[in-house]
Amino acid sequence: MKKVKVYVTLRESVLDPQGSAVKGSLHTMGYNEVADVRIGKYLELQIEPSERDVNTVVREMCEKLLTNTVIEDYRYEVEEAN
Amino acid sequence: MKFAVIVFPGSNCDLDMYHAIKDELGEEADYVWHDTKDLSSYDGILLPGGFSYGDYLRCGAIARSSNVMTEVVKAAGAGKPVLGICNGFQILTEAGLLPGALLRNKNLKFMCRTVELKVANNNTQFTNQYAKDEIIKVPIAHGEGNYYCDEDTLQTLKDNNQIIFTYAGENPNGSLEDIAGIVNERGNVLGMMPHPERAVSELIGGADGLALFKSIVKQWRESHVNQA
Repeated sequence: MKKVKVYVTLRESVLDPQGSAVKGSLHTMGYNEVADVRIGKYLELQIEPSERDVNTVVREMCEKLLTNTVIEDYRYEVEEAN
Repeated sequence: MKFAVIVFPGSNCDLDMYHAIKDELGEEADYVWHDTKDLSSYDGILLPGGFSYGDYLRCGAIARSSNVMTEVVKAAGAGKPVLGICNGFQILTEAGLLPGALLRNKNLKFMCRTVELKVANNNTQFTNQYAKDEIIKVPIAHGEGNYYCDEDTLQTLKDNNQIIFTYAGENPNGSLEDIAGIVNERGNVLGMMPHPERAVSELIGGADGLALFKSIVKQWRESHVNQA
């Protein structure tokens, strides 16, 4: 069994109003060193072994459903599940 | 003309859509559940607003993979009119039937009010009953209606006159170029954030949306007269 961690973020070219609001709030609190905030999603998948390569499967799922590549980027890590 | 009003778990404008078609437009309509595997008996497909599948993951993302969407893609390919309103628009972009995506409103607020729209292109099967640049009043109700696409896509939309409705007054959601509604290249799939089905009778505050549905019927009648 593999544990796959998928990180989804808005693409650089896409404005993140939620991130901007959080940055504003952090500045209000005095954390002026914060230059930028981008908010994303984190997904954890447990993948059973199969004849298909886990990387192929994960990439397919990301492109088809887990992310919208028009507006989002993703990266993932594969680990051995306990 | 017979319309299918597609119903997903979480759709909530399906009743308004059905009412607009049956009672105000005087055409036929059926509620069609999302697991339907055949839409061949319908002349037009309507994807209503709401929060299909609770907007989980992304608005419209889960609905996109339901059985009926395979049929909606088929109907669009066959040249039938397909209209997605609000969540329906989000589903159409997720399904790849329309370019771009709908992002969170720029001010992060759910916007619910009547807005002014400009009919940027009246030479379509959805807008032939409007005048060019006519200003109409139609309600909006969405939290994620901020239309986005890359520069190349935007240029293509402009070159092909695919931008059909724009916000005429204040832009309520931060949408690129004030875009409120676009069609596909072929012109038979329209997605829009505002709700024309909520503007079909003076009794409920305005009837500016009715001409959109009348446009669809007019085009359909004309293209089917010769075949009858």
